[in-house]
Parts: sequence; C-alpha cells; structure tokens
Amino acid sequence: MRRIRVIKDKTARYFMLGIAIFTILLLLVIGLSLFLKAFPIMREKSLWSLLTSSDWKPFKGNFGFLPFIISTIYVSLIAIIIALPFSILTSVYLNSYASKNVRRLFEPVIDLLSGIPPIIYGVWGTLAIVPLIANKIAPKFVEYSSGYTVLAGGVVLAVMIIPLLISIMVEVFRSIPVEMTDASMAMGATKWQTVKKVILRKSFPGIIAATVLALSRAFGETMAVLMVCGNIAQIPHSVFDAGYPLPALIANNYGEMMSMPNYESALMFSAFLLFIIVVLFNGLSRFTLIQIEKRYRFS
Amino acid sequence: MIGAALVILGVLLYIVGTIFIKGLPSLTLDMITKLPGGGFYLGKEGGILNAIVGSLYIIVGALVISIIISVPLVMYINFYLPLNSLFSNIIRFSLDILFGVPSIVYGAFGFALMIYLGIRASLFGGIIAVGMLIMPIMMRSLDEVARLLSRDLPDALLSLGATKYEMVKVILRQLMPGLITAVLLAVGRGIGDAATVLFTAGYTDNIPNALNQPVATLPLSIFFQLGSPVEEVQNRAYASAIILTIMILILSFSARYFSSKFSKHKI
Repeated sequence: MRRIRVIKDKTARYFMLGIAIFTILLLLVIGLSLFLKAFPIMREKSLWSLLTSSDWKPFKGNFGFLPFIISTIYVSLIAIIIALPFSILTSVYLNSYASKNVRRLFEPVIDLLSGIPPIIYGVWGTLAIVPLIANKIAPKFVEYSSGYTVLAGGVVLAVMIIPLLISIMVEVFRSIPVEMTDASMAMGATKWQTVKKVILRKSFPGIIAATVLALSRAFGETMAVLMVCGNIAQIPHSVFDAGYPLPALIANNYGEMMSMPNYESALMFSAFLLFIIVVLFNGLSRFTLIQIEKRYRFS
Repeated sequence: MIGAALVILGVLLYIVGTIFIKGLPSLTLDMITKLPGGGFYLGKEGGILNAIVGSLYIIVGALVISIIISVPLVMYINFYLPLNSLFSNIIRFSLDILFGVPSIVYGAFGFALMIYLGIRASLFGGIIAVGMLIMPIMMRSLDEVARLLSRDLPDALLSLGATKYEMVKVILRQLMPGLITAVLLAVGRGIGDAATVLFTAGYTDNIPNALNQPVATLPLSIFFQLGSPVEEVQNRAYASAIILTIMILILSFSARYFSSKFSKHKI
C-alpha cells in the first residue's frame, strides 16, 4: 500500500519535471525552427542587405526588409508616445489620488481593454480612427490621405498597450515603500511634489521596463495594425503615409508564398526577426521588473 | 490626471459603442443559428454558426492542452521545488518570455511545425497553436494565486504523512477559483486571436467533424467578411464583431466574479 503511494508520487514528480523542461525547451525550439526555416534566405543574401535594402520584389527574388522594419518602428513609437502620458497619469492617479471605489471601478475597465481581441480593435480602427484621420486630421497637414496610415496604426496600438502599461506601472508604484511617501508628506511636500520627486523618480527603472515591454507587444501586434495601416511596401515619409509592419507582412502573404522559391523563407525570416527582438526586449524588461520586485520583498 | 483616466474610460465606451451601433441593425438570430448559405458572401442568407462552433472547438482543445501543461507546472514550481529556487525562477522567466511572444510568431511556428509533420491547415493545427498561446497566460495567472497560498496548509498536510502528490491534490482544490479565473482569462485571449489561427486552422463554411479538417474561427470570419466589397456582408462583419465582443464581456466579467466570490470562502 505504502509503496504504491510513493510510486505515484515519484511518477507525478518526474512527469512534472518533464513538463517543466518541455516549457523551457519550447522557447528554444520556436527560435531554432524559425531560424532553420529562415536559413535558406540568409545563406543566399547577406543579413546586412536583407535588413537595409528597401527593394521588395518577391517575384524577382529581391527581399529588402527595410520598409517593413521602418514601418514597425514608426507605428510602435507613435503608439508609445501617445500611450505613455495617459498611462503614467492614470497609474499615478489610481495609485495616489483615487479613492478605493474609483480604483475598484477602474479595474474592470483595464481588464476589458486588455481583453478585447485585436480584431475588434481593428474593426473600431477602420470605423472610427481611419475616417477621422482621412477627413479631419490629415487635410490640415497634407493634401490627401486615405486614412489607412501609420498614424492610424499608432493610435489603435496605443489603446491596445495602455492596459498593459497601466497594470505594470500600478504594480511598480505599489512596490515603493509607504514610509518613503509618508516621509515626503511629513516634510510638508504636497501630493504632487511627492509624486514627482519620490514616486516617479523611485520607479523610473520600472517605468522604463514597462515601456520596453509595451514596445515589444506593439512590435508583434498583427491583426489590428494590418487592418488600419494600408499595407503598401514603402518607407513611410510622414505619419500620413501608409505603412506595412512586419507582422502584417507575414499575415498577409502566407497563403500565396508557397509557389515562389525563397518567399516562405523570407517570411520566416521576418518571424524570426520579430521573435528575437521580442525575446530580447521581454527578457531585459522582465529581468528589471523581477529585480524591482525582489528589492521590495526583502526590504 | 482625472482627465487621463476619463479619456481611457471614454475610449473603452467609444470602442464598444462604435461596434454596437454599426452592427446592431444586422444582428439577427439567423447569424448565430445558421451556417453560411449559398450566397452568403454576396449578402444572401445564412449565419456564422460555423465560425462560432469552430472557435469553441479550438478553444476547448487548446484549453485541455494548456491545463494539462500549466497545472502540473504551477504545482511543481510552487510546491515541489524549494521556495524561490533557481530552477523555478528559470521556468517562470522563460514563461514570462513565452507570454510576450506575439501570436503571429506562434502562428508561423505552428505552421512550420505542421509542414514538418505533414499536416494541412486543420482543427488539430489550430488547437496546437492556440494551446501554445494560452498556456503561458494560464500558467501566470494560476501561479499568482498559488504564490499567495498560505504555507501552513502544505506544511500541515506533509506533517500528517501525506506524499507531495497527495498534498498537491488537496491544494488544487483550494486553488479552484484561481484555476477558473485562469481558464476564463485564457479563453478570452484565445477565442479572439486571429493571427495564430490564420495559417494553422484554415477556413471553411462547414463545421468540421474530424481533427484533420479545416475549421472556421470567429475573428477570421469577421476579417474575411470585412474584406468583402458587398455592403451587407460588411455589416454582417460588424454584427459578428458584436457577438465576439459580447462573448469577451461575459468571459471578463465572470472571471472577475469568480475570483472575487470564491476568494471569500478560502481558508
């Protein structure tokens, strides 16, 4: 009887260990298989020419990823620039000013914003943001814009990353010891001074980490951006030009790529690129956030 | 600051409002009870039952996979390994990174995997890809609950002579509300994601009856209908978007409800 129990326990333990190793390996397997798939194109063209050429003609075998890389960066930066002030202000408000009831009211709002699927954001973007840019905003700056622009992608993405930013920042703010803010208030500082001189300064690394994390989320976002960005393979010269971010490139061309040599490999290359960047960004910012959490836990 | 908070609240209402106002006129009972008819993509009769059922099939399959992986994993790093051991931190860290991997990369990887195994776009492929996508989500939210569990319970169980496996069975019962919340969160994320199923699940007007058949999904159905030049079809895309939004609203609120309700009765 006793032996069966112990055998069960041992079996469960090894099963769990197996799963644990599997999840760690999964990351490596994803990276490796994307790399292997991307290898043919990397052998044929130099990495440098793939990254810096802007000549995208798959039919002739020219694969320059520059327009897509620039578009991705453009869209993500616009998103961060729009999202960051709103997120910081809202997190500060929720952390230091808002009453308990307001905070409780806001939790589901953040939950819902992060729960809404990308495709719904895309539909909203085409219905609300694209016409707004085409009819109201763009005519003030340029002669004509279809509305399907880098700016539209940036705005939609901004809304999508705000919940992520807020939920991390609130955590970061919460990790600041109460004694510190209390000390500042006791010295006669106003709430705003405390926020500015103590909370924001102390949580600066956390805010940076959250921003990097949100940036990497923005890099990889596909459907919503695909639906509002216009998808023209060119380097966007202003925010009112159409762009073509990397994820959209992968999603748009998957069906037809099988017929052409190297096309599949080129698309896998962009997936690999995306993977590497996101893993790097994520790793760095998660590491910072874990350090912050640790400092808080042991102090 | 209140202004910034109000803007965020306003945007949420704006999104939901826009979808509802545009889609409500075309939302009929036929939409959710009928398969696409002959001229569906020209604006004739039919519904998107294929996509609704397809999405449910995929999410149920993906859930089974991700529960089988994430529940033992969380138990292992929290109750088998010593507290804050290096190995458990490595696992947490790699799952944090998996959590950040974009869904399109999972889609591309799933596709590469399927070519390697020689399967075509199918229900099976979709389940694998979505399973990979939601596994880190489930694991993280379950892990958060497991970390907060009082250490007295495991200690008491062990001192009564239980093996760790028996201990985990009891603890799992304690974590049930957390598990339900994690499942609902994961379902919400998995059901709305289009990029993962784009290459792995394919699209069809029928409900699949085997694992190797292609399957339609709700987000893709919205996407394809939206791409149609026919106005009725586009309006139907908005109506489909309402259906998806309502599903997400229900999932999100019930996740919140479960986590608040059950946490009251825990020891």
